[in-house]
Amino acid sequence: MAARTLLQVEGVQTYYGNIRALNGVNVSVNEGEIVALIGANGAGKSTLMMTIFGSPRARAGKITFSGTDITEMPTHEIARMRIAQSPEGRRIFPRMTVMENLQMGASLDKMRHFNEDSEKVFTLFPRLKERIAQRGGTLSGGEQQMLSIARALMARPKLLLLDEPSLGLAPLIVKQIFDAIRELNKTEGLTVFLVEQNAFGALKLANRGYVMVNGNVTLSGSGVELLANPDVRAAYLEGGRH
Amino acid sequence: MEYFVQQLVNGLTLGSIYGLIAIGYTMVYGIIGMINFAHGDVFMIGSFVALIVFLVLTAIFYSLPVVLFLLIMMIVAMLTTSLYSWTIEKVAYRPLRGSFRLAPLITAIGMSIVLSNFVQVTQGPRNKPIPPMISKVYDIFGISISQKQIVIVLVTVALLAIFWYLVNKTALGRAQRACEQDRKMAALLGVDVDRTISITFIMGASLAAVAGSLYLMYYGVVVFSDGFVPGVKAFTAAVLGGIGSIPGAVLGGLMIGFIESMWSAYFSIDYKDVAAFSILAIVLIFLPSGILGRPEVEKV
Repeated sequence: MAARTLLQVEGVQTYYGNIRALNGVNVSVNEGEIVALIGANGAGKSTLMMTIFGSPRARAGKITFSGTDITEMPTHEIARMRIAQSPEGRRIFPRMTVMENLQMGASLDKMRHFNEDSEKVFTLFPRLKERIAQRGGTLSGGEQQMLSIARALMARPKLLLLDEPSLGLAPLIVKQIFDAIRELNKTEGLTVFLVEQNAFGALKLANRGYVMVNGNVTLSGSGVELLANPDVRAAYLEGGRH
Repeated sequence: MEYFVQQLVNGLTLGSIYGLIAIGYTMVYGIIGMINFAHGDVFMIGSFVALIVFLVLTAIFYSLPVVLFLLIMMIVAMLTTSLYSWTIEKVAYRPLRGSFRLAPLITAIGMSIVLSNFVQVTQGPRNKPIPPMISKVYDIFGISISQKQIVIVLVTVALLAIFWYLVNKTALGRAQRACEQDRKMAALLGVDVDRTISITFIMGASLAAVAGSLYLMYYGVVVFSDGFVPGVKAFTAAVLGGIGSIPGAVLGGLMIGFIESMWSAYFSIDYKDVAAFSILAIVLIFLPSGILGRPEVEKV
């Protein structure tokens, strides 16, 4: 694939108070790629996802998107560069209907393609269509996850950040979501950067992967390489899903 | 019976004014979780601006139709209070966002004192009366309904309809509700949170300005300290209805209006405020989050 860098994270350090959560992280995502970031609980994966959006802000280092420096940009302007995120904890608006949640997603696209795009996400997640008038807070965990991803897609993002799309979901739904990601990547060239604890599934899906330990990226390589790497196998895969 | 219905009409009028002010309290609370104690004084300033506009207009053209008078009064008052409220938020509240919880509250009380003293110094401490703008009274089955009351209720209903549409059916309203439910997520979706908060202050101030104009028209008098009591009543209304809930604010306003007029009619007018606040206390014992409020627990 033509390697045009879309997202470049260089030497980024993020702190929560005085505690350093990211310790000079370097990550890059090329256009049209699926890149996975794996690591244990508390390694700093979600922090990196949020730091890309400037919330919390990086205290050192540089983040560029499509060649633009976004390190100091306000969060909403970063989003308007067409980066969408399905964040940790899903963060569905609980007192808005499924429809309104999708409309919030589409507001980045100024609602220009709302009907077309909502049809598309309903094809991906037919369940959402059945729940269209229901409030977000009343959905099941899996439905909320679908809605969170669908909401991010409604923005027609150039880069989609997914934070643990498989968290707490039944294996069948995880497979459905991973299939959907693969499909979007193949048919629309959607660039995806995803964080996962389900390392096996994520690395199988991804072109490339990074391994994060205690706020540092310790390993990187193609999905296949990382899957074969004995350290990765020992730490994240053995005893996991085969 | 006629007496009772008469009091209902009076209560409805009073309640409409409280309701309009209460929306400002409840919306600001909903979006940034602070009680904007300066809101009552913004209402008072709206009333004063209406007074000034009225005096200027009567001095220039004596024979303008009353509707036009009212309309110009309201529009100028809305613009002025919007500017005030926008500035207050920007100067006094925004820098303290993210500070400890009491900081904005203390600042708001300070802002309230600043505004009422500012008006006291610039406009004088005395009551400012105006000649009655509308004095026609209808007699319907023994109940007297003044044109003023009809105007108040009609304007309130029209504004609430516009307001309901804005909040529930437009992208702006959606962004507001999103900020209210999860500010961080709203920003991730490209919502300019600061701007949305500013707009919320402006919307609340505009409604308070209309309430101020109607108040001036109804009572024919305004004084610099008028921000306090109606402000506290409207705040009570917002809490009674469930702070953070817009229908709750309207409902609470109407209830406070009814309680006051009924109490004044059947018991003692001196104790009408005691009655209103007592009912608030009783309701809060059984419904701690107000009548239409939702319980605090939200994040699962």
